[in-house]
Amino acid sequence: MTMTTEPPRTMFRPPTPGAARDAGGPDAPARIVVESLRAGFGTHEVLGLQSLRMPSRAITAIMGPSGCGKSTFIRCLNRLHEETPGAWVRGVVRLDGTNLYDWSVDPVEVRRKVGMVFQRPNPFPTFSIYDNVAAGLRLNGLRKRSLLDERVEKSLRRAALWDEVKDRLDKPGTSLSGGQQQRLCIARTLAVEPEIVLLDEPTSALDPIATERIEELLMHLKQDYTLVLVTHNIQQAARVADRTMFLLLGELVEEGPTSELFTTPKDPRTESFISGRFG
Amino acid sequence: MRSAWRRWKNRAFLLVMALCLLLCLAPLASLLLTLVKNGASALSVAFVTRRWAPVGESGGIAHALLGSLCLLGVASLLAVPLGLAKGLFLSQRGDTRLAKVTRILLDVMTGIPAIIVGVFVYTIVVRPGGFSIGTGFSMIAGGLALSLIMLPIFARTTEEALRSIPRTVDEAGLALGLPRRRVALRIILRASFPAVLTGLFLALARVGGEAAPLLFTAFGSNDWPQSPTEPVASLPQLLFDYARQPFEELVRQAWGAALVLVALILSIRLTTNAYVRWRFGKMTQV
Repeated sequence: MTMTTEPPRTMFRPPTPGAARDAGGPDAPARIVVESLRAGFGTHEVLGLQSLRMPSRAITAIMGPSGCGKSTFIRCLNRLHEETPGAWVRGVVRLDGTNLYDWSVDPVEVRRKVGMVFQRPNPFPTFSIYDNVAAGLRLNGLRKRSLLDERVEKSLRRAALWDEVKDRLDKPGTSLSGGQQQRLCIARTLAVEPEIVLLDEPTSALDPIATERIEELLMHLKQDYTLVLVTHNIQQAARVADRTMFLLLGELVEEGPTSELFTTPKDPRTESFISGRFG
Repeated sequence: MRSAWRRWKNRAFLLVMALCLLLCLAPLASLLLTLVKNGASALSVAFVTRRWAPVGESGGIAHALLGSLCLLGVASLLAVPLGLAKGLFLSQRGDTRLAKVTRILLDVMTGIPAIIVGVFVYTIVVRPGGFSIGTGFSMIAGGLALSLIMLPIFARTTEEALRSIPRTVDEAGLALGLPRRRVALRIILRASFPAVLTGLFLALARVGGEAAPLLFTAFGSNDWPQSPTEPVASLPQLLFDYARQPFEELVRQAWGAALVLVALILSIRLTTNAYVRWRFGKMTQV
């Protein structure tokens, strides 16, 4: 197995010469722009949103009480929502200017660019740790063992799991602890090299320590990826997000840089939500 | 004391359940004992390596053993691809009208008596003339009859096996940018493979002991299996034939054949188990 050691993620990153590489953060240029979006199941509309922007290389958190349409919303960003029987989506969501819902866009291509981590760790059953991470690459036709080894190691390192599993890559993915399984799922998502990673309450099934590790990981990952994080945990949004949006009953109540939203909320409903009066 | 009363109640129920277990196991044990008692004397190396010989010349049942394996092979060859396809369809598109109709038809198919399947295959495949293909009695016709019995069992167990994989696994595959068919074939099918294999075994065990559908299709033979288009012997049919003979020798051989048949089915089961454990055992823990 070839060892390609990544530089520590906290290392100073030399600026890319020429092309201005944006710095990320809450005011970075938008990569995802929602112009209008309505989604639902059957006759039931669960989501109606307009003009939203998500900056590149930053964490955008979507918070709100249960059933407010958070999950439906991010599942619209990689066109996964429409895979549920009875589900429908209308609207315009632009990724780098391209409308994801244009008739000429293949949802499979969208999902290759926009990865997703789910609420409950869902490693593939009967797949080893290695096979779990390699699955996306292999099933897309990558066969070369040395290349696979390299990508698997790189992804596991990025997901901060390599050191814990490097001696037992052939063990089943389901043999890991819950927190490790979730990092395995993150590694599996990163292995196919998406540009955007959606996280649907990735820590809601984990204990506080595992949650902390995932949050640290997200802070590292945002240097390279555009992250969209759904959470019903207000503190989590406050801790990790650069921008936060607050959804209620399928509508956007307020959106802005996290520090502003939490210190000077403009809408009284936001204020009562973050001060814990409901939700 | 209430807790003492509860302990006694617990013991009483345990006893009842143990008795129920014994009641279930007793017929099985008695059946196996009878088989071994009557069949063991017929067993010998010659018995399982030689083919039929006239009474008094110490023949064996190897031709039927081999014939049974060939028939099961042909039946699997026909039933497995179709059953997998149906199982995949039913699990992926389970709520469409076509799927619902298919499911009902499969359930009806499960209920058709084996002998009717035999007559059906005879009518449209074996019989010369009429609206029949007219293959004559053959291994293929026998295998086809068995596969028709296997198909609904295997398709439904495959459907259940595929459905037992949570939807979230399906979504995880889609979210990696994989087309749905590849998620279904390469992830869901693989994840449920041990259960699919168990379903295949159940179907094989069911048809491995069938004589009725073979009477009109494979016909039986005293010779080794020759070619797919020739009649072929099988263990259940040999058992059926020999047990009705007036010769003590043949009745003894029928008992031996019964024992071999049970051993064959048991060994298919054990081999499947061993294979699953070897290939997936360390992968299926939760």
